[in-house]
Order: sequence, then C-alpha cells, then structure tokens
Amino acid sequence: MPLLKVQNLSLGYEGKRIVEDISFTVNSGDFVSIIGENGTGKTTLVRGILGLIGKLSGSIELSEGVSQSHIGYLSQKNSVSNDFPASVLEIVMSGFLNSKRFGLFYTKEQKKEAASLMERVGITKLKNAAFSELSGGQQQRVLLARALCAAKKLILLDEPATGLDPIATADFYSLLTELNKEGVTVIMVSHDVTGAMRLSSHILYLGKDTNFFGTTHQYLHSNIGKGLMLEGCPCDRCTHNTKEAR
Amino acid sequence: MDIFNYSFMVNAFIVGVLIAVCCALLGVVLVLKRYSMIGDGLSHVGFGALSIAAVLNLSTPLYVALPVVVVAAYLLLRITEKGRVNADAAIALISSSALSIGVFVASINGTNIDLQQYMFGSILGVSETDIVISAVLTLLVLFVFVLFYNKIFAVTFDEGFAKATGIRTPIYNIAVSILTAVTVVVGMRMLGTLLISALIIFPSLTSMRICKRFKTVVILSVIISVLCVIAGLFTSYYFENIPVGATIVIYNLAIFLVFTVLSLILKTVKKK
Repeated sequence: MPLLKVQNLSLGYEGKRIVEDISFTVNSGDFVSIIGENGTGKTTLVRGILGLIGKLSGSIELSEGVSQSHIGYLSQKNSVSNDFPASVLEIVMSGFLNSKRFGLFYTKEQKKEAASLMERVGITKLKNAAFSELSGGQQQRVLLARALCAAKKLILLDEPATGLDPIATADFYSLLTELNKEGVTVIMVSHDVTGAMRLSSHILYLGKDTNFFGTTHQYLHSNIGKGLMLEGCPCDRCTHNTKEAR
Repeated sequence: MDIFNYSFMVNAFIVGVLIAVCCALLGVVLVLKRYSMIGDGLSHVGFGALSIAAVLNLSTPLYVALPVVVVAAYLLLRITEKGRVNADAAIALISSSALSIGVFVASINGTNIDLQQYMFGSILGVSETDIVISAVLTLLVLFVFVLFYNKIFAVTFDEGFAKATGIRTPIYNIAVSILTAVTVVVGMRMLGTLLISALIIFPSLTSMRICKRFKTVVILSVIISVLCVIAGLFTSYYFENIPVGATIVIYNLAIFLVFTVLSLILKTVKKK
C-alpha cells in the first residue's frame, strides 16, 4: 500500500513550470532522498507535497488516514529566526496543532507523547532551555521532535543538515536511520549526496533535463548516478568500485 | 486620591490601561514577525485620517479614521508579507505621505485642529466613545489571544510549518493587523501619533531581554506596558504641563535600559 503516490506532477509559480512531469511512489517504511542541482525544484516539490502551493497538473495521492496536514515537516533552517524567545517544550508542543482546534492548553496525552518524542530524539534535558541558546544540531533535533508531534508516519525534511558541523550531521543522520527503522517513512531533500546514498532506500533525482526515481542501488548503476557518485557503491553485492573504474 | 475626582482622569486611566494591554499583546507578535514598522506606519495614516475628518467637521472623527487605518493595515501587511525588496521603504513613504497630508490639511485656514495634541497626545482627548471602543477592543484581543494562543505562537514562530500543518496563517496575520489598526487609532489620541508605536514595540523588546519563553514574554510585556501607562498618567498629573505620551515612553525606555543591563549581568554570571 503506497503512502504517497505522485503521478505526472507539474508545479510552478505564476505559470512558470519548475517541476515538470514527476512520478514516484513512496511506500511505508521507505527512506527517500530527493537530490539534484540548485534550481531544479526540490523545495518546490516539497511545498507541493505539503499543499503549500497548488499543482499545475498531475496528482498527489496520500493513502487513507493521511492528509497533507499530517506530514511532519522540517523546513530549511533559515525559516526559523534564531533569536525567537521560546522554550524547547513550547516549540515541540506546537507540532500538535493540526490535531487540536483551539484552547490554551494541550491534553495530557499530548504532553506524554511530546515527552516520549523528546526522549527519542535526545532532548529531554533541554526541555526548558531557550531555543536561541541551543547549538545548530540541538535546534534541528527540537524541530524534528516538533515534526514528529505533527505526524508519526511520514516526515518530510528539507535540507536538514545544512549548517550543521560533520559530527552534528552524523548524529542527526543516525537519529533519522533509527526513526526509519522504527517505521517512520522519511522523505529528505539533500545536497549531501554521499549521506543520501548511505541513508536512503530510494533516490529521486531532479535534473535540469531528466529525472530519475528508483532504489538507491538502481540509481547508483544508472547513468545519472554514476556521474554523481563520489564513493564506491555501498551495496554489498557489488564488487566494482567507481573510483577505480574511472 | 484626588486624581480620581476628575472624570477625565478616570477616563484616561481606563482607556490607557486597556490600550496598554492591547499594545503589549499585539506588540509581541508584531515585533517577532518583524512587523514593528507597521505600527508606526499605521499611526501616521491615522493622523492623516483624523485631520481630514476634523476638517470635514465630522462629529466623530473615529468613524473615518478607523476604516481608513484598517484598510492601510491590510495594505501594509501585504507589502511586508510579499517580502519585496523595498518593503521598509514603502512603509516609510506611506507614513510620511500620510503625515504630510495630515499636517497640510490641518493647516488650512479656518480649522481649529490642535496639531500639538494630535502629535503628542493629550489626556483630555479621551471621550466616552473611546472607553467603549477600547473596552470592546481589549475583550476582542484577549479573546483571540486566549482562544488561539497556541496557534498564534505557531504562526509567529514558524509560518511555513504552521501552514504545512494546516493552519490558515493569512487569517491570523490579517486579524493581528486589523486589531493593531484599531488599537493605534484609539491609542494615538491619548499618546500621540509619534509615540503610540513605542508602546507597541518597547514592552516586548524589554521583556525579551530577560525572558526566553514565549509565554513569559507575553505576560511580562503586558505587566510592563500597564505599569508604564499608570506611572506616566500619575506623573503627568502631579507635574503639570508634562505630556502624558512622552512620559510613558520615557518610563518604557528606562525599564528597557534597566532590563538590558540586567540581561548583561545575567549573561556574565552564567558564563562564570
């Protein structure tokens, strides 16, 4: 049962097509990385999937029980201002808004859930800390916990590792892998191709003239993938090493 | 206290405290969303509208100023939202144009508008209508903030995420700017065109020196704002000839400076 099915989707602003004729399917438990050069519409595609911009043509189908507002979303880091006075708890809890109409308080279940999610991403100790005083890696964990509050099944991340140092990036990636193993479906836009190859089960490549969608293994053996590959194919079955092949 | 024997002082206290609450609450959102200039722009547009209403000899100039400023609020919001390169310049142009039109109209022969009163405010400018309007306004602002507190936080903190989780963010932005427009029009005649925006910006900036949580920033802003207005009213009553608007702003400035020093001290203590 596919969680998300995108067919012949075209997106754009003011008549200008940015994403053209894309089709792909995300099944429950997949880890899909969206890669490609600047300006090929990766973020536009994310915004389209979230329903923030209307589609020009094609279709986006979500499986039953999942609506667009039930996708956990971690935006590009610069969308959150750094000096905003807010505690970690306040930010994490704000992820629940899609499930609650109004009111000053959150329910007991929501508080419990937030606590367990904060434990899962390792920020329980920072609960009352000021968001502005955290490191970049910690801030991303807070925003990830918020995204998980909004949705447990499917999260969409837009360049989550931008601005993180290598150690924080590695930490963040292993957290994503853990969550994925626990059954969270992940769609991630990334410029970190090496990282994307290591993490993901599927690759969606958006190019200037051509797109590709398939498993990471298929991608690494495709013509596009070979060109982008910086290291050897990580799959065990392969014996070749592209570095030597070059 | 003999200060409350004068009905105009009682009126001023009621309207002052109510406006202070509204300014503080809306101010937190405006400042954090980088919309501080909107409050300033609106007060100038309000000035222009009030002057024109006065020249036309309308009995209640508010009925002209309110709709004009509400429309201006919406326009200013759109300009800022689109993130155009010259958004700040556009707001500055609108403010100065509106102010000039107001001054020009007010200087035409045969009108008896007291420019000084419009610019810097006056306690005597508070009418019974103002009490009713500011009471309704405050109830509305409190109602919106209590009922939608969490959504307001989400939209202010990260509009993109809020939108993605299905919150209709434009409604919140429009609600905040319309409420700001009404607050500015009602407050400006007491505090003055040039000073009302200070009441919007100062309390939240001051509380952000010390507080690192949204909830505490909101609460402390309201407290600071109300205290400054009360202190300003008392001061201008006991020392005659001191304009109330300027006094209130000076109190705000003083508290801001104290809090800035305090936050610096707290930082150095924390580092050790």
